[in-house]
Amino acid sequence: MKLTLNVNARKQAVEIAPETPLLYALRNDLKFNGPKFGCGLAQCGACTVHIDGKAVRACVAPVSAVVGKKITTIEGLGSADKPHPVQAAFIAEQAGQCGYCLNGMVMAATALLKENSNPSDTEIRAALNGNLCRCGSHLRILRAVKRAAKAMHGGAV
Amino acid sequence: MNTLLQTSRRAFLQAGGAVVVSFAFPGLSAAQTSTPKEKLTLYEGLDSWLAIGQDGRVTVFCGKVELGTGVTTGLSQIVAEELDFPVSRIRMIMGDTAIVPDQGTTTGSKTTQMGGPQLRQAAAEARAVLAGLAADKLGVSADAIIILDGVAFVKAAPEKKLTFAELLGGKRFDRKMTRQAKLKAIADYTVVGQPVPRVDLPAKIAGSFEYVHNVRLPGMLHGRVVRPPAIGAKLIRVDEASVKKLGARVVTRGNFVGVVARREEAAIASARQLKIEWELPPAVAVDSDIHRELRTYPSETQGVKANGDVGAAFPQAARILKASYHTPFQMHASIGPSCALADVRDGSATIWCGTQHSFGLVTAVAKVLGIAPDKVRVAWTEAAGCYGHNGADDSAVDAALLSQAVGKPVRVQWMRHDEHGFEPKGPAMVMDLAAGLDSDGNIVAWDFINITSTHSTRPRHQPGNTLGGQLTGHAPAYELSNGGRNADVSYEFPAKRVQIRYHKSSPLRPSALRGLSAYQNTFANESFMDELAAATHADPVAFRLSYLKDERARAVVSAVARLAKWDAAGAAGASAGSSTGNIVASGRGIAFCQYENENAYAAVVVDVEVNRANGQVSVTKMFAAHDCGLIVNPDGVRNQVEGCLIQGMSRALFEEVAFDHTGTTSLDWAAYPIARFNDIPQVVEVELINRPDKPSVGAGEGATCPVAAAIGNAIFNATGARLRQYPFKHERVKTALINTHPVGATA
Repeated sequence: MKLTLNVNARKQAVEIAPETPLLYALRNDLKFNGPKFGCGLAQCGACTVHIDGKAVRACVAPVSAVVGKKITTIEGLGSADKPHPVQAAFIAEQAGQCGYCLNGMVMAATALLKENSNPSDTEIRAALNGNLCRCGSHLRILRAVKRAAKAMHGGAV
Repeated sequence: MNTLLQTSRRAFLQAGGAVVVSFAFPGLSAAQTSTPKEKLTLYEGLDSWLAIGQDGRVTVFCGKVELGTGVTTGLSQIVAEELDFPVSRIRMIMGDTAIVPDQGTTTGSKTTQMGGPQLRQAAAEARAVLAGLAADKLGVSADAIIILDGVAFVKAAPEKKLTFAELLGGKRFDRKMTRQAKLKAIADYTVVGQPVPRVDLPAKIAGSFEYVHNVRLPGMLHGRVVRPPAIGAKLIRVDEASVKKLGARVVTRGNFVGVVARREEAAIASARQLKIEWELPPAVAVDSDIHRELRTYPSETQGVKANGDVGAAFPQAARILKASYHTPFQMHASIGPSCALADVRDGSATIWCGTQHSFGLVTAVAKVLGIAPDKVRVAWTEAAGCYGHNGADDSAVDAALLSQAVGKPVRVQWMRHDEHGFEPKGPAMVMDLAAGLDSDGNIVAWDFINITSTHSTRPRHQPGNTLGGQLTGHAPAYELSNGGRNADVSYEFPAKRVQIRYHKSSPLRPSALRGLSAYQNTFANESFMDELAAATHADPVAFRLSYLKDERARAVVSAVARLAKWDAAGAAGASAGSSTGNIVASGRGIAFCQYENENAYAAVVVDVEVNRANGQVSVTKMFAAHDCGLIVNPDGVRNQVEGCLIQGMSRALFEEVAFDHTGTTSLDWAAYPIARFNDIPQVVEVELINRPDKPSVGAGEGATCPVAAAIGNAIFNATGARLRQYPFKHERVKTALINTHPVGATA
């Protein structure tokens, strides 16, 4: 079935079975590398994208359910050269080791800061609690989200 | 796509223009490298190690690989320092057997330690060559040249200068290393020792980093494997029609079963729906108590350390204490399941995967495929963090088998249940300890013996050490090894005996998990030291210091006590934490180890809160002091130590593989939980002790080893309950609390 997806403000057609998880459309049909396969069970968060601004697990979201919605991948936030403030904060805090979880961390943090521009430590932990990191970069990620919140408030960090 | 994927080293050198040189490492003995001795002469040319490009960049050919710990940055700093060249213009090519020198496996926190000196030497050698070329061209003597950021200047006339690119860009060095190149004095370092930001993180944070999971080959198909439903099951037949409508092709060879499809989701669905008939082995009863079972296995005992006369010392002791410690099977639990691509056509094979040992995998793959090893190239590409021997090598063999069968490039990404179910596991262990105390409470005799399987079943050229190899008829072949890591303690006692008892049986495939046996052995040793301190009413910090002679060991123990504001009065003995009334008891514990008794020193203090009603343990603060010799990148080391603490905490609190006679039954994150943000302590403080006069040793494992003991000791300090088995799940802790405080006693 031919479906049109609006990814990072660009409409693209894919030929795909409607029940296919969005992750495979993004990675294999549209060649995005940001969203990662981690579990396919919505348990780890590595595949997180934004659907109309909300963090969603692309590994279980059927592609047909996101037609007509705004899909944003981490590539739509910024780049290594021109990072989004959340990405810049992660870089500033050197928040990561292997980096495989970072797509999900950045996407979950960005969605959180859109809803709550000045979250408490407890609120950040709660928002990221469903995102798994195995390297143990949690402390740096928490600092990065706080730094991003400050920066996005307009304050210099 | 990375253009290197399609090019051989020869083509790379022609296209990029490069340098070379080779010869046995000047100033380094073979023992100081991980390069196989017989290969040392292969890499005598400088061009084996680095190249100056026409674009002015330096390319380093590195046999060690990035596992997510940041060594790309640290190794770049080492090269930059000796070469007087900016880190930002160094490109590191790692682990590609067509391009890089064999620097052995990337394991055991040995990359900076063993791989760094080779790169340092090559960089110094290259700098000397470049300085000589500059001197010739500028008409001065070599000692009249200074080099800054890749530009050679005449010291007395700095307007006379030549860049590295002008000197040698696109050309080969074409010389062997001379052994004459002088290494820079450590006092003059300006790059090594600095917290240079990691070169890989911006792309990882932007989602543009080239993981193996992102490699796409023209015309590639997606593959998935279907494992036997029980260990030892035999394939009878597959019903190919069961997946025909999905467009998948079924591949079988021996007991290996896989599916290949044009679309990934079709391969996934086919693997799930494929009807297969297996002949199951007779169901074997598995003892529900794995530690009881371990004691029944045939075994062989090996001595690790002995001094004094243990046999005489115990009978003379005023008091003897004994304790046994039990640890579970645990998994690496990589967030990204193993992934590999293979292109096997016309009798040759190229494999993209995140192995820790590209050269050892080449031979294994060649034997599985039945082709010559020189026709196999492993193009290492970074994967998700592995923390040891996970499924990376196995997925490579899976992809190779499928590609060979269909004659097209195949990408295999393991599903979550494949990774949880079939990655090799860190083995369950038993540690039995005994100590003799004299009438003053001094330790006069120490006896340690553990019961363990091997801690390494890496491929190392053996096809039978991979799942695909085993399923296609190759027998496993590995040594019993690494069960004695930190079996010995750094403490000095008048009589000491340390032994390990290896068994070959194992209900699950065992292999290297971060620290190998050091995490388990240190849990036992450091819990037992705490038991002895409590038995003699000694402060756990002072007690440890009284048996430590090594000044660096003493320094980390003292430093962590200072950092944590250790209060000897408060921490001595049991139940310093509240023991009356409060539901939540708090306490703190310390543990120490020197990794492998000869590498990094780490001491850890942990504060816990224990809910007496339900046994729930929360780690509220963690402190560490760490000494890994000369620090190459302080933020890199700090990042590693923090990760060691958090992952070590996760293993101690939550992690235990469940299994039965069919194999692992913990097949997702619900069944095998790991630490989450809500579990992370509020305070984590790390003090790094830099030792510029001591060689750099690895920082990737040392600090994780004391963590389980420090937590167990803190639980004891809080509640008086001694936990001799982790994970410290609430049921286990609650049971220990009940046994410690029987009904009617103060609780």
